[in-house]
Amino acid sequence: MGAPDAGAASPMVEARGLVKRFGDFVAVDGVDFSIAKGESFGFLGPNGAGKTSTMRMISCISPLSGGTLSVLGMDPSKDGPRIRARMGLVPQEDSLDLELTVLDNLMIYGRYFDMPKKVIRERADQLLDFAQLTERAHDRVDPLSGGMKRRLTIARALISDPDLLILDEPTTGLDPQARHLLWDRLYRLKQEGVTLVITTHYMDEAEQLCDRLVVMDKGRFAAEGTPRELIEKYSTKEVVELRFAPGQHEAVAPSLTKLAERQEVLPDRILLYTDDGDAAVVEVARMGHLPRATLVRRSTLEDVFLRLTGRSLVD
Amino acid sequence: MWLRAARYWGYQYKRTWRSSVVTSFLIPVLYLAAMGVALGSLIDKHSHGVDGVTYVAFLAPGLLAGTCMQIGTNDATYPVMGAIKWVRTYFAQLAGPLSVYDVLLGHLAWIAARLAIVSTIYLSVMAIFGVIYSPWAILALPAAVLTGMAFAGPVSAFAATQDKDSSFSTLYRFAIIPMFLFSGTFFPVSQLPTWLEIVAYCLPLYHGVSLCRDLTLGQVSWADLGHVAYLSALGAAGYAAGRRTFAKRLLV
Repeated sequence: MGAPDAGAASPMVEARGLVKRFGDFVAVDGVDFSIAKGESFGFLGPNGAGKTSTMRMISCISPLSGGTLSVLGMDPSKDGPRIRARMGLVPQEDSLDLELTVLDNLMIYGRYFDMPKKVIRERADQLLDFAQLTERAHDRVDPLSGGMKRRLTIARALISDPDLLILDEPTTGLDPQARHLLWDRLYRLKQEGVTLVITTHYMDEAEQLCDRLVVMDKGRFAAEGTPRELIEKYSTKEVVELRFAPGQHEAVAPSLTKLAERQEVLPDRILLYTDDGDAAVVEVARMGHLPRATLVRRSTLEDVFLRLTGRSLVD
Repeated sequence: MWLRAARYWGYQYKRTWRSSVVTSFLIPVLYLAAMGVALGSLIDKHSHGVDGVTYVAFLAPGLLAGTCMQIGTNDATYPVMGAIKWVRTYFAQLAGPLSVYDVLLGHLAWIAARLAIVSTIYLSVMAIFGVIYSPWAILALPAAVLTGMAFAGPVSAFAATQDKDSSFSTLYRFAIIPMFLFSGTFFPVSQLPTWLEIVAYCLPLYHGVSLCRDLTLGQVSWADLGHVAYLSALGAAGYAAGRRTFAKRLLV
């Protein structure tokens, strides 16, 4: 690790040339990043991009195959338990004890951190309130909904009042209400100064939560920056979506090319990437085309994501 | 640190300890009554006991060691796999400040604690049946725990390498049950054909049975130190192997 920049606070997480291999398969292929205190940092990418492998290395449960990594100023290969003592971990798969009650899950977890029972109990009450689970405190975990279990996992990760919270796909599989509730809770943590590291494949989640993010694809970073910067760099201000009668797309598309910086022809619609959507719509009408539906919208991270990682299905 | 991991298992046990304690009491009562006293009276009548003591006094320490073997094995198979695959307890523990060695040691410590509980009950039942012949019997408690741990160590190391629980029934069928029957638990191994007798001497349960029996009957000799050494070595080797297999399975 090089000397930190003069005056800059030392980063919470810093990686140089980070590599993770499973046999011949390279899951993470030499990435560099640095996460500052209080920052909310996102790893975006399709399934298999290497997000979880990166997170597992940061959580000190997966040994590096190459490169260097420093977490909270310590070396994960030597100080794993000491690092994890100051870290909250929300893994992709819940590891709750389904047979035990909501409260017992928090109590047991707090005991791993050797917190006194009384302190855990006080903290558990606050966290149950935070996770809106107070009424279920004495119920078994098994019958709870997916959203409740996820909230409990997050509450559990917060029991030790961590400086760094690692969230691997925190809202995958949840309904919109549950997701919004979780976002709200995570946003509050951010306000409190907790450093968040998040993986997700939901662009709206990344836009909501991340100050800075990287788009991962095939083990490398395809792009990095703030959500705004990424949209400016990899997409246009606006996107025009045009739907024509079936079969007309191919016929119409060539004539529209000059209206946009970039055009994408999909089976059900044509996307025109342009800084002035309304002007493009006017131009389309002037050319005599009559789309069945027209939509002008702002570019989103989703556009960036699809541009960088492609539309074909990866699994 | 490992104590924190052991606490989890204690927490779990708190929910089921009543039925577990009742079982731990009833099983030896039933076995000793049926096999020790009822069947034993036949044996004692025809051959004047076994090795100079009544059959029930001969059988009881053997069953104690055999029970500990089964508990040590049982608690190191399904619960280990469950903590990896089903409940994922180990991963929850690894998210905190515990190392993978704490996780393993904590689980083994809990198995030892449970063996101690069960053995204490077992020895009390033996006292009720009047088959504790010597103050040495107090050492049968750690001896029984050691016997169980000689199995829990290697079996937990093995369980961490398994992806399906079918291998556990194979382990039972081909190792645990034959060992239970042919390690001097129910009859002296001298009854076996010579070659089988030699095989029996190599089995870990034989050493657990002999050790517990010598202690409850007060027939202690230098050979018992050999039994202790054998069982300790097996348990320690299992723990060393477990450190590797747990790290390999959990830290990927």
